[in-house]
Amino acid sequence: MMKEINRMCMEFPAKSCNEGFARSVVAAFAAQIDPRFDELSDLRTAVSEGVTNAIVHAYNGIQGEQNMVKLECVLYKNTIEITITDFGKGIEDVMQAREPLYTTAPEMERSGMGFTIMETFTDDLFVESKPGAGTKVFLRKVFTVNA
Amino acid sequence: MKFELSKAGTFLIVRIGGELDHHYCDIIRNRIDPELMEPPIRNIVFDLTGLTFMDSSGIGMLMGRLRIVQAIGGNACLICENKNVLRILEMSGVMRLFNRCKDIADAVRGA
Repeated sequence: MMKEINRMCMEFPAKSCNEGFARSVVAAFAAQIDPRFDELSDLRTAVSEGVTNAIVHAYNGIQGEQNMVKLECVLYKNTIEITITDFGKGIEDVMQAREPLYTTAPEMERSGMGFTIMETFTDDLFVESKPGAGTKVFLRKVFTVNA
Repeated sequence: MKFELSKAGTFLIVRIGGELDHHYCDIIRNRIDPELMEPPIRNIVFDLTGLTFMDSSGIGMLMGRLRIVQAIGGNACLICENKNVLRILEMSGVMRLFNRCKDIADAVRGA
């Protein structure tokens, strides 16, 4: 078992202005273990994708105070684990959603690259979802620091 | 996010700096599209020199503008140096669809 160094949890409304806020918070939190700059950039991008998915898709784009996104981070010596949870409509077919270029919202110019980027820029990605019961995205990033 | 529009002949020049995500893509799209409807504009140059962050929302926005200029018989150029942004552009295949230019003079000259 890895030793936990720190953890945080926050909730914010599913508003697009919170995308930048969320990735900045995660980057600032991860800075405690002094990760490499390029790895921290990858993490910011992955978090941005996950949070944007929740904001764009989970609540059908309705940006209300009642539609919340939950962001949890656990920090270890050289690893961060991030869980992004929404309480929205869920994903019917997670396998299909994870395919590159697959999107349910082409009219909104969504590229369908969100999950592909999350997968490429992290070490582990798990998605848990049920129609009507929200979506939970788990990301793990291992940094090459403080060996 | 920093955003600036200018025109040179048939070119619409779009400079984007800072961080480009879904939130800012919506804002930018609404500013660019009416300009693309104004003759003689038919080409677009995205100068992303000052861009420090972009996620997949940026891909969607760029591809959408590419489709518009292609429909009106124009070209789309891209100026980008940032390593992280380039990685996203290459990974998604966007880089292959745009003309990559050194700077704005280079983009406008290539017309």
